[in-house]
Amino acid sequence: MGFMTIDGQRVEFTNEPNVLTVIRNAEIDIPTLCYHSELSIYGACRLCTVEDDRGKTFASCAEPPRDGMVIYTNTPRLMRYRRTILELLLAAHDRDCTTCVKSGECHLLELAHRMGVDRIRFKNREAKYPIDESSPAIVRNPNKCILCGDCVRMCDNVQSVNAIDFAYRGTSTLVTPAFNKTIAQTNCVNCGQCRVVCPTGAISIKTNIDEVWDALADPNTIVVAQVAPAVRVALGDKFGIPKGENVMGKLVNALHRLGFHEVYDTTYGADLTVIEEAEELLERISSGAKGPLFTSCCPAWVKFCETRYPELADNISTCRSPQQMFGAVIREYYRNPEINQGKKLVSVSIMPCTAKKEEILRPESMTNGRQDVDYVLTTTEVASMIRKSGIRFENIDGESTDMPFGIGSGGGVIFGVTGGVTEAVLRRLQTGHSRVEMDRIRTSGVRGDDGLKELTFDYMGKEIRAAVVNGLGNADKLIKRIQSGEVSYDFVEVMACRRGCIMGGGQPVGAGPRTRKARAKGLYDTDVNMQIKKSNENPMVLALYEGLLKGKTHQLLHRNLGSTEN
Amino acid sequence: MKPTMLDQSYYETANEIISRYPLEEKSLIPIIQDIQATYRYLPPDLLDYVAKKIGITETKAYSVASFYENFSFEQKGKYVLKICDGTACHVRKSTPVLQYLRQELGLSETKQTTDDLMFTVEVVSCLGACGLAPAMMVNEQVHPKMTPEKAAELLKELRAKEEEGRNDDQN
Repeated sequence: MGFMTIDGQRVEFTNEPNVLTVIRNAEIDIPTLCYHSELSIYGACRLCTVEDDRGKTFASCAEPPRDGMVIYTNTPRLMRYRRTILELLLAAHDRDCTTCVKSGECHLLELAHRMGVDRIRFKNREAKYPIDESSPAIVRNPNKCILCGDCVRMCDNVQSVNAIDFAYRGTSTLVTPAFNKTIAQTNCVNCGQCRVVCPTGAISIKTNIDEVWDALADPNTIVVAQVAPAVRVALGDKFGIPKGENVMGKLVNALHRLGFHEVYDTTYGADLTVIEEAEELLERISSGAKGPLFTSCCPAWVKFCETRYPELADNISTCRSPQQMFGAVIREYYRNPEINQGKKLVSVSIMPCTAKKEEILRPESMTNGRQDVDYVLTTTEVASMIRKSGIRFENIDGESTDMPFGIGSGGGVIFGVTGGVTEAVLRRLQTGHSRVEMDRIRTSGVRGDDGLKELTFDYMGKEIRAAVVNGLGNADKLIKRIQSGEVSYDFVEVMACRRGCIMGGGQPVGAGPRTRKARAKGLYDTDVNMQIKKSNENPMVLALYEGLLKGKTHQLLHRNLGSTEN
Repeated sequence: MKPTMLDQSYYETANEIISRYPLEEKSLIPIIQDIQATYRYLPPDLLDYVAKKIGITETKAYSVASFYENFSFEQKGKYVLKICDGTACHVRKSTPVLQYLRQELGLSETKQTTDDLMFTVEVVSCLGACGLAPAMMVNEQVHPKMTPEKAAELLKELRAKEEEGRNDDQN
């Protein structure tokens, strides 16, 4: 608590962690490349350097605020420093900016423009590192890496995975897996959070855009899409639409225009998941099985658990994720010759997530050994396809999703935000569906931003204990507490990304606190406006159980554990 | 990338070394120093093994081990020849000594160890023996005021010593 003077302005501060935050709160956008409020402070880029009244310079990110400080943020000396720093970074950077995937949203390029870097006095280092395309989710191009360490700290501090880290020293320093392994050879869980914080094109999404264009152009295919809940509240970011606005209608229209024959809603798949998972939970509880039931919707979490805690693999729900349940149902539905018209089905899912690209390849999620979903496109990739097509997304009208899989429940929609799966399962277990009962669930502690939420609820006179955790680092801590016997639960929802799928690795980047909030609100508002709140009251889902799924629920909706065949 | 599977004895040795230190992050460097002292290099599989034992990731251990020039993931020769190329040694002609040794042993900047794992030739920045420039070390022994001729003599001695050792073994 105190006052400081920033560029002649008197500014009050309270409990800000560093001078940088005080400066930004005073509406001065001081440049940074290595500072993220949720990661540990690294102080490497030095762009946030400021000067005090005695001419001392220091990095404002690593300096605690003190009462009476007098700070200058834009002296000629500081501007010269910043320019030189950027010139040096650019000299060590592969500057094929015109063809770079990050073009248009590169933070390094933006700062170079802002700081007026119009020439570079240093010789460019020659590109020499191979590009790692081994992962189904991300591509790593070390030639564009500026060693800010954001990805390293994200992977380690927040996700506790630590697949990549700095190696070697001096000019040879590199962000890499140990022993120069490829990403695919590491314990990387494909969450894509490294790509979200990467300021340049050093880590990008492994794209499947070309394959999808080819399928759309092929007259012998039927191309269908399923769209995950979290996509609809983030895609608008790319087209100047207010943050968090639900653009599902426009997206359906745009996808039809791009040539998708049918567009379905993954919310439908989520409803299937709720029904199956609630069933499994009740069976588990009545059979007195040991340990909690972990959700299986998040493939990054599933891989994390399998590699880090193989002893808990049996506690992960046998349910497929919504994408995979729905993928299997779509594939089965199109086997009917009347429906496929003798054409080949290409099933595309549109996801906020890079790990979903790996999930479709997992043998235990295949049906009869065949991949159900052919391609996963992230929100970012769909935005670039729409742009390429020239469709004026912001101006087009909304359309509704196609039948018979176009109807979802509110419970399914909120899957995209942390706590959503649990809330949907609670709704399923609740017998009534009055507003009062829905409100009781809503305020049970299941909603909100926290990394760990705990709640208990009553089911037929029995108390069920649940935990909702997001961010793999938080999950890791929780598991340690569960294993030590300190806490115990019946049901644990885990989402690998902080705040859930709305902040997934395939979403448009640059989402700060306001955008995060708006995306969560976007999904909750969508739920409010849906007539059907409970997954088990979705009439189309119930019809499916009576029809296509009869005798096949296990084959189509659950993972084939213990065997890679069937 | 990784060499063939290590013999079980390597893990037993590693266990013995690990047992000298508390199982925590900061024991990494002393443990891998001891391993390197035993084997004259740090077998990559042992790095992963040590990391798991002390509760850190392999990536983090590699980050530390690759930072220090002193750790080597490749096997080194029985005799490690360190030629100093600090300022004093350089101006007093360390380069011809280095060139001679590399040529004689068929080594280069990228290939530092002979195939028979007998000799490793490394360039170091300063041995702290500038008064003896140009200086060179053979394992722990410092050799002052080197010339290519003296280096030739030294190699001859080392090879003779090896030959003798082999004959002793046979007899």
